[in-house]
Amino acid sequence: MRVWYFSEMAYHPAWEEGLQRGSLRVVLPNRNYDPQIGHQLLNRYLDEFALCDEVGLDIMVNEHHSTSTCLTISVPMALAIIARETKRSRLLSLGTPIANRPDPVRVAEEMAWLDVLSGGRLEMGLVKGAPYEIAPANSNPANLMRRYWEAHDLILKAMSTTDGPFSWEGEFFHYRNVNIWPRPLQQPTPPVWMTGLSVDTGRLAAERGHVVGTLLSLSAAGPMFEAYRQRARELGWIAGPDRFAYAAVVGVGTTREEGRRRANLAADYVRTSPVVAEPFTNPPGYNSLAANIAMLKAGGRRGGFVRDRSGNPVDQTTATIEQLIESGTCFAGTPDDVYAQIKALSDSVGGFGNLLMFGQGGFLDHADTVANITLFAKEVLPRLCELNPEPKTAAVAAE
Amino acid sequence: MIKTLFVAGTGLEVVERGQGRPLLFLHAGEGLAPERPWLDLLARRYRVIAPWHPGWGNSALLDGMGAVDDLAYLYLDLAAELGLDDAMLVGACFGGWLAAEIMVRSTARFSQLVLVDPLGVKFVGRDERDITDMHALPRAEYLKLAWADPAKGEVDFTRLPDGELAAIVRGREAFALYGWKPYMHNPRLKHWLHRIDRPTLLLWGAEDRIVTPAYGESWRRAIPNARLELIASAGHFPHWEQPEAFVARLAAFVEGSR
Repeated sequence: MRVWYFSEMAYHPAWEEGLQRGSLRVVLPNRNYDPQIGHQLLNRYLDEFALCDEVGLDIMVNEHHSTSTCLTISVPMALAIIARETKRSRLLSLGTPIANRPDPVRVAEEMAWLDVLSGGRLEMGLVKGAPYEIAPANSNPANLMRRYWEAHDLILKAMSTTDGPFSWEGEFFHYRNVNIWPRPLQQPTPPVWMTGLSVDTGRLAAERGHVVGTLLSLSAAGPMFEAYRQRARELGWIAGPDRFAYAAVVGVGTTREEGRRRANLAADYVRTSPVVAEPFTNPPGYNSLAANIAMLKAGGRRGGFVRDRSGNPVDQTTATIEQLIESGTCFAGTPDDVYAQIKALSDSVGGFGNLLMFGQGGFLDHADTVANITLFAKEVLPRLCELNPEPKTAAVAAE
Repeated sequence: MIKTLFVAGTGLEVVERGQGRPLLFLHAGEGLAPERPWLDLLARRYRVIAPWHPGWGNSALLDGMGAVDDLAYLYLDLAAELGLDDAMLVGACFGGWLAAEIMVRSTARFSQLVLVDPLGVKFVGRDERDITDMHALPRAEYLKLAWADPAKGEVDFTRLPDGELAAIVRGREAFALYGWKPYMHNPRLKHWLHRIDRPTLLLWGAEDRIVTPAYGESWRRAIPNARLELIASAGHFPHWEQPEAFVARLAAFVEGSR
């Protein structure tokens, strides 16, 4: 198993105000952001990413917009810095919300540039993006996935075509001369990742051989991974654990109490993440017809993605650390505890080869974050490397 | 009577009710709602032809997609298919936008135009908006702006059968598909409103705060032979909120402008 550390580079000083207003995103005015404090925080978070390289962890960066929960607003900008500050870590962009980007060829250029800069260490997530990303991007939610797939196909063609220029006259995107420089170091493209929560996503990812990741949701992970494996079998190949990623908040300590305290602080990510003004939570067309019918029948209440082992929804905004451990949202405790929790969860979903580690969130301070990363890398990571090992044919970083 | 008509390769579900002069009614973003009393009241006087737009009800999207100009041509095809002549064209909200898009292309089959609180045109500058962002409001706030009496707009979705809920969800998606960006308008449309060479009534809910009567006044100035009338105690959907007044005002205009 590979472990990818990530942090959303939160601006937690604004959370109290956001919680009072009922939205940490979209409608929380940015006067609640102090750029001087933000300066300290962004630099601190980048230091924490750099530390991962020293201790043997891989690195993941994501992006959100118009929010106090995540101040990474551009994956390529953050990864460009991290690529220069690291030597060994593979760098996962998870990812670019390509249906919200007006210019897919620009995405292909930036990803190719990062791959060249990092010596072929890039892994490239092409993601749908969360529902509340629709408003900041003002992208049309009703044809989001049609646009996603056109952008996806164009980006991969732009990255893998070496005898261009080629033309593209699609439903959404029009170019007459696509011929990106640089082209990526990893040929034909860096490994591609998707994220999702549904069985459909599992099948669609399998048809392309992409890695598929799911965030914080044990109840979604099992069925999605199984759909992937089944589709791969239908297509004549065996999907190993390296095709699957699972994201969770991780807190490890020398004592169980210390590990849980760290996880509990980092888990404020889970508690704050869904606090969004209601109109932006479910733009028309973003969720499926069936999901929308279910929501209307339930009087507009939305089922969160955190569920207990019986499948009952857990209120994310108030969940205790015990509930979050129970639901597979957090791994917390001593190194032994954390390893056992990860192994049990992996076994229960047929094995995943990538753990996306929320190792920092909100009020977990720098000293605790450093201790969390360091202790995890020393005591848990070596054991995880033996669990669901990578296939021998995996791409190796260029020297 | 509900039937499915095939026009330009698309299956369009259409309600037809009443006799007399043909009246093509183009429904609002929220849907057709033929069960509300407006339709029967209107059908006592006219032969009302009311399609569900592609994407709403059981009408299929064109090629899974489509844009407002597709709908304009589709309805011109429908009018030709039905042999409409000397007909009335009536559109409410999103349907008003469609009606304007149709009439700037061809007024040949229609003698009169009634626009009921239409969306579709931008008059003010880039820092202002004519059309309230309905998709940035909680439903309760939206109802306060869209109805003179918000209680009349409330729907208990938990009691509706799945089929009706599916139609509602599809309609919401379609409304976004056609109107998300630019938001509920065609930036070019106002340059062509001068082509509407038929008597036009702008019928407006006095309490409409999705698009206000002041916006109606801008419409009136942009269409050569138009007048604006307000319906008291009505918001964005006067045909639903004050159906008797709606039909009476429409009929007075229709008879008076012959």
